[in-house]
Amino acid sequence: MAKKEYSFYPGCSSQKGATSSNYLTSTQSMCDVLDITLNEIPDWNCCGASIGYGGGGELPRLTLSARNIALSEQHNAGQEIVATCAACWLATREAKERFEHNKTLFDGAQQALAEGGLSLKNQTAVRHMVEVLIEDIGYEGIKSGVKKPLEGLKIAGYVGCQTNRPFGIVGESYENPLYLDKMIESVGADSVPTYEKKVQCCGGALAMSEPEKSQEMIKGIIEAAYDHGADMIATPCPLCQANVEIYQNDINAKYGTKFDMPVVYYSQLISIAYGKSAKESALDGQVVPAKKLEELANK
Amino acid sequence: MSDLNTAMAAKYRANFLKEVEAVVEEGETVKMCMQCGVCAGSCPLGKHWAHPPQEIFMMIRAGKRDEVLKSDSMWMCTSCYNCIVRCPRGVQITHVMHGLAYYAKRLGVVPEGQPTQQVSQLFWDNLMKGGRVNELKLGLSIYFKDGFGDGIKNAMANQKLGMNMMKAGRMSPMEFLSGHTIKDNAGFQKIIKKAQEIEDAKFDGAAK
Repeated sequence: MAKKEYSFYPGCSSQKGATSSNYLTSTQSMCDVLDITLNEIPDWNCCGASIGYGGGGELPRLTLSARNIALSEQHNAGQEIVATCAACWLATREAKERFEHNKTLFDGAQQALAEGGLSLKNQTAVRHMVEVLIEDIGYEGIKSGVKKPLEGLKIAGYVGCQTNRPFGIVGESYENPLYLDKMIESVGADSVPTYEKKVQCCGGALAMSEPEKSQEMIKGIIEAAYDHGADMIATPCPLCQANVEIYQNDINAKYGTKFDMPVVYYSQLISIAYGKSAKESALDGQVVPAKKLEELANK
Repeated sequence: MSDLNTAMAAKYRANFLKEVEAVVEEGETVKMCMQCGVCAGSCPLGKHWAHPPQEIFMMIRAGKRDEVLKSDSMWMCTSCYNCIVRCPRGVQITHVMHGLAYYAKRLGVVPEGQPTQQVSQLFWDNLMKGGRVNELKLGLSIYFKDGFGDGIKNAMANQKLGMNMMKAGRMSPMEFLSGHTIKDNAGFQKIIKKAQEIEDAKFDGAAK
């Protein structure tokens, strides 16, 4: 397979000791097999995520992304930006498109960047890792690296919001995107294309500010996976992963449920299927252990 | 009432829609709303909005300035973008809600103790320190946002969650001491300060 290179924007939550550090570890293992080189954008900053708006306002928030794109264009010239985090991807792509359509904002960001000796060309595509997998590698390409098919596992593909809206994946519908199901099938597991809560919001950042409202929605997401007989949930979004996985004890205490549903990243599935170890696939990063994946990895 | 609020209310007294168009993010799309209500039916937290989005849009046109800006409705937005992709008129609903929420914060009229406003500000202040979010400090600042007593209570209640995250290597006590930051924080601060000045000038200009 031809070597591919991208300018990588990992984002705050993927750093060592942060909530989605397991996403980064498994992404690296997956990319290692796929011969994908991820060149980190030097000195990248936070994108403001989906909650920063209330603090910073429009231009300061968009300027966060402007700095990242400018750094990428300077240091990783000619390489498309790839993010693994849904919010990082959304914020960066949103900034890029807003600058394209609004000259006042573009000029403002440019003026701000100049204070730090940077300049924005705004000519770099901003993509999500799943786009790289689907469009540049392809389902057949994903399949060709499989050494340990995830046979017998039923996995509910939980796409969530921000990998799906407002930009989404080309050729997929907002209401029932099928790419995650196809990725799950590509590594030999059974998918749940009719999973009702596939694109249901988990509450996002409001899991921190409005835990009761969010956990009511998370309960539905997990319940629907059980209804379909799923062994686990897989997702492309760090906040979806954390929200759906780590509050299960609280939900059980409040609603009398007995949830014990593992929630993993697609990158962990692919990494295991490619024969990487449980550790390389960051299964030690689960709060709810993914035992069936562990067994498979240790085979 | 803040000076900006007084000045803006005086200038746009007869036309809140014009005020929204002048200063609220994507505010110029509000007039496209045709009151179909698909946004309200699509919102995952829809039942918690005192005024669902289409109602907010009609209230803007009706000049109900105080009722809109002092509402906690727009703080219910989870940024799921379901309303945006379904809106048949291309109203940039999510962004308008963010913009209205931010504008209300700027004017100092947000209902006291609105939790999402608090978390939003804590998040921004956190990332502004070193250019990247320090999750441990963010979590603690959210636990302690309503004072020391509540903070200890929250921290105790979430002890197990914290231990689980630490065991999984997804939370680190080291973040409290050092934590991840960018290298060129000085340059970063200059850039954002300038952007903030330009943003401030937009509001000052609109109030004149």
